Amino acid sequence: MEKVLMKGNEAVCAAAIAAGCKYFFGYPITPQNEIPEYMARELPKVGGTFIQAESEVAAINMVYGAAGAGARVMTSSSSPGVALKQEGISYCAGAELPAVIVNMMRGGPGLGSIQPSQTDYFQATRGGGNGDYKTLVLAPADVQELVDLTIEGFDKADYYRNPVMILGDGFIGQMMEPVVFKDRSDVELPEKPWATSGTKGERKPNIINSLYLGAEELEEHNIHLQAKYAEMAKNEVKVESFGLEDAELVIAAYGTTSRICKTAISKLEKEGYKVGLIRPISLWPYPFNEFEKINDDCKGVLTVEMNTGQMTDDVQIALNGRMPSYFYGRTGGMAPTPEEIVNKVKEILGGDR
Amino acid sequence: MTVVFERTTGLTEVETHYCPGCTHGIIHRLVAEVLVELDILDDTIGVCPVGCSVLAYKYFNCDMQQAAHGRAPAVATGAKRVHPDKFVFTYQGDGDLASIGTAEIVHAAHRGEKISTIFVNNAIYGMTGGQMAPTTLIGQKATTAPYGRDEETMGMPLRMSEMLATIDGAKFVERVSVDTPANIRKAKRAIKKCFQVQLEGKGFGIVEVLSTCPTNWGLTPVESLKWLKENMIPYYPLGNFKSPEEVE
Repeated sequence: MEKVLMKGNEAVCAAAIAAGCKYFFGYPITPQNEIPEYMARELPKVGGTFIQAESEVAAINMVYGAAGAGARVMTSSSSPGVALKQEGISYCAGAELPAVIVNMMRGGPGLGSIQPSQTDYFQATRGGGNGDYKTLVLAPADVQELVDLTIEGFDKADYYRNPVMILGDGFIGQMMEPVVFKDRSDVELPEKPWATSGTKGERKPNIINSLYLGAEELEEHNIHLQAKYAEMAKNEVKVESFGLEDAELVIAAYGTTSRICKTAISKLEKEGYKVGLIRPISLWPYPFNEFEKINDDCKGVLTVEMNTGQMTDDVQIALNGRMPSYFYGRTGGMAPTPEEIVNKVKEILGGDR
Repeated sequence: MTVVFERTTGLTEVETHYCPGCTHGIIHRLVAEVLVELDILDDTIGVCPVGCSVLAYKYFNCDMQQAAHGRAPAVATGAKRVHPDKFVFTYQGDGDLASIGTAEIVHAAHRGEKISTIFVNNAIYGMTGGQMAPTTLIGQKATTAPYGRDEETMGMPLRMSEMLATIDGAKFVERVSVDTPANIRKAKRAIKKCFQVQLEGKGFGIVEVLSTCPTNWGLTPVESLKWLKENMIPYYPLGNFKSPEEVE
């Protein structure tokens, strides 16, 4: 397949359509407006449907209805809009409906800003909505990975009957990079015998539901969900790492920030510092085990994020007190520069050499 | 022997949880009978709300989705767009439709979604124990309006059918009641017409059904029917607000 130059926000749409998604329900919010615009333009060409919903709340509930009717379906938004979708995401998780939700994160809290951020790490990985549930959270670092994870996200959503979140910072959405779409013409979409599509008089009614009034019944449903999440935690961890066996310090970063960190690590290498990297690609399930590969003499792990320190919680869980955890971040739409990261690393390792 | 009445196959055999004297049971039966009479039960996707009819997915004998509070029209929109050849209806109460779900119902009508809505208005929140609804009448007591609804601080009761009838995409709007056998027959006719509007691809349809809540009104079932007639019908006049000529 040939390479095409695409903006992240358009590539995620092309990936969704390539994955067989024909339904998109969304609401405008910067910096992801190219997504609903692309879908409004392209979905009718493939026999699909785009609706500009009256709100993010309505959009995610349209997703619920379409997913419950057996379709591959997507919605997208940016931070404050994804906050509004949490109700529907929780219902999708409870009713075990597959869907892909894209969050091109911007600065918060509140209306915040329209500049890139990573401030929804907690919202995405800790649930956001009510109840004990998990969504598969995938954090691409470039446009090609955004395409690949989106396509895979649809397959995983169907496989687990669970919502999948593509967590991109605003940079990923706005950045243009060459991408290749793998040929999927031989991929058949899975049957969904549980979906509501009319009984046709051939089966008992199918019911899409997250209500279990009996305490024992609801506990049993939760045990079933947790077993599914355990399966996901076992099979769906994605991580990139290097230099862990002899690093003096390891940086943990995801998304666009990880690319800035790679530049900083190259600079540091030239100055004689050995710095490793752990880049979680799946933020949930989190690659806790990867941290065990860090050598015992390492001085610690520096988490770098475009927020005030959220993934640090997972890094500390992973380290379990084995070595110190440090943090460097910029927020409000500011991105850390390689120089700032270099300086922070030097500060931790005891100044210039 | 001739069978003059039997349980409709549009309902499952599950015993409902509704309180004695509540008219949800009648409305369920009417909807189910119409689905069977129009021969669409096997091609129907129903969407039930949060509120007293939250468990309706157990009672209607067709594919069902249970929606978040107020969101049934959005859920129905998603299902209908995926299956435009199926019949899709929502069944919602007045807290669900007239309070938390106003945006979803207004915009489903506004888009002219080819779905049908049964809106059960009993002027109170039933499931949560008798709190005030947007449809609660002036002077009517509720647990969150213990001195009675007062226009000055709580506003006047919301007339949803009149409001929705102003929207172009709403093609069928009618308010009915189930307080008497004659009104029950009229209600069934309205539900059938409303469903036909969707089957003919004309657009959005809604039937508002005035209903009783003896438990939370603190009245007997018979007193409740009388209260509905004497208090609700004067404020919520029965009748058709909008109908395409062809189904008249």
